[in-house]
Amino acid sequence: MTEANDAVVRITGLSRRYRRTVALDGVDLEIPRGGVFGLVGENGAGKTTLIKHILGLLRAQSGSVEVFGLNPVKTPETVLGRIGYLSEDRDLPGWMRIRELMDYTAAFYPKWDSAYADKLREAFELDPAARIRNLSRGQLAKAGLLAALAHRPEFLVLDEPSSGLDVIVRRDILAAIIRTVADEGRTVLFSSHLLDEVERVADRVAMVYHGKIVVNTTMDDIRATHHRVVLRASTAPDLPGILSCQQRGSEWSLVCHGELETVQAAIHRAGWELVEMCSPSLEDIFVARAGKSASSLEDWK
Amino acid sequence: MNLHISPADGKPIYLQIVSQFKYMIAAGRLQPGEEIPPIRVLASDLLINPNTVARAYRELEMAGWLLKRQGAGTYVSDRGSPLGREECLRLLGDRVDALLTESRQMSIDFVELLAMLEERNRTLSASAEGTNHDGSQ
Repeated sequence: MTEANDAVVRITGLSRRYRRTVALDGVDLEIPRGGVFGLVGENGAGKTTLIKHILGLLRAQSGSVEVFGLNPVKTPETVLGRIGYLSEDRDLPGWMRIRELMDYTAAFYPKWDSAYADKLREAFELDPAARIRNLSRGQLAKAGLLAALAHRPEFLVLDEPSSGLDVIVRRDILAAIIRTVADEGRTVLFSSHLLDEVERVADRVAMVYHGKIVVNTTMDDIRATHHRVVLRASTAPDLPGILSCQQRGSEWSLVCHGELETVQAAIHRAGWELVEMCSPSLEDIFVARAGKSASSLEDWK
Repeated sequence: MNLHISPADGKPIYLQIVSQFKYMIAAGRLQPGEEIPPIRVLASDLLINPNTVARAYRELEMAGWLLKRQGAGTYVSDRGSPLGREECLRLLGDRVDALLTESRQMSIDFVELLAMLEERNRTLSASAEGTNHDGSQ
């Protein structure tokens, strides 16, 4: 129950069902303090359900959720006061003007920084007199981001913040993430299906697949242990740790998981001709892993 | 300064920064003693994690390309250039290897490749002279 071990979030054995659908299935997850934690997975994999538990919007049916060492359902005001949150559907009251939204949000957060809020409003070019219902998608995202950032939260939670936005607004959101972690000790949880964004900003990545965490490691480790290999072989090459295999003429393009030396040794032993070997993008890895059947996913935990 | 980062490059982002700094120092686009941007400034410019930039700077510092002055920023080290040449050759070596591998895959033999290099070199030198000539007028 303490924060001594420096995890902002600690989730153990969390499961959640919606009627017959299993949304989360025995999730164990720790989000360390400081840095950017990327949460990736297909639509409906369970990312938003997981985030709702962290915010205390859903009660754990089984397992436990601790944020700053506290139960977010039992002490929502303490926990939420330290979190900045931006959801995909940015449920802001349409009748409010920007100025009113800022005053209204400020009332919830003792640590609201009015000067910083004004600075953000100018940087985001939001008109204080504009009504929320008349804002464009991009402006709406910026208004939501302003509300999430202006109390300088120690934990910033962004659920698909870039979804449906143009590249300019996406840059603003990424820059906000970077400024947040550049401040000593602050933590960002960032869920996205835009994997190149996650690859740019995340220190750690967790991949959710059918309600389970199938990968949870540092970006560096993901890079070091996944390999894209192009081989020339007459039959499908059976490399250790193989995740995906595609044939293109006499060449086979594979993504595999394991130590570089192990993979190289296996290629050498089998006598396949190595055409190319490089480190795949997060997107390549994600597609390769999502293509595997759910039963064999257990092996990679 | 003009760095370009591509997550899909197949090379870790911190290594992309490291090699681009080395190129710029070796090419003289960054001069010895010149101050380089603070970590958080470069991170916001490139939209990448500050820890990644910090790691690249640490690596460049350890290899002697950059020098950190206590509380006063990070600078291009004075001994950048002699070390630079060695590193240039190493970097070029990687590219030569890639070129050789590719030409082998395309069944272009070495003699043909060499002739092509000489030909391209002549064309490049000719056009460089051309621009110098225009510039001096």
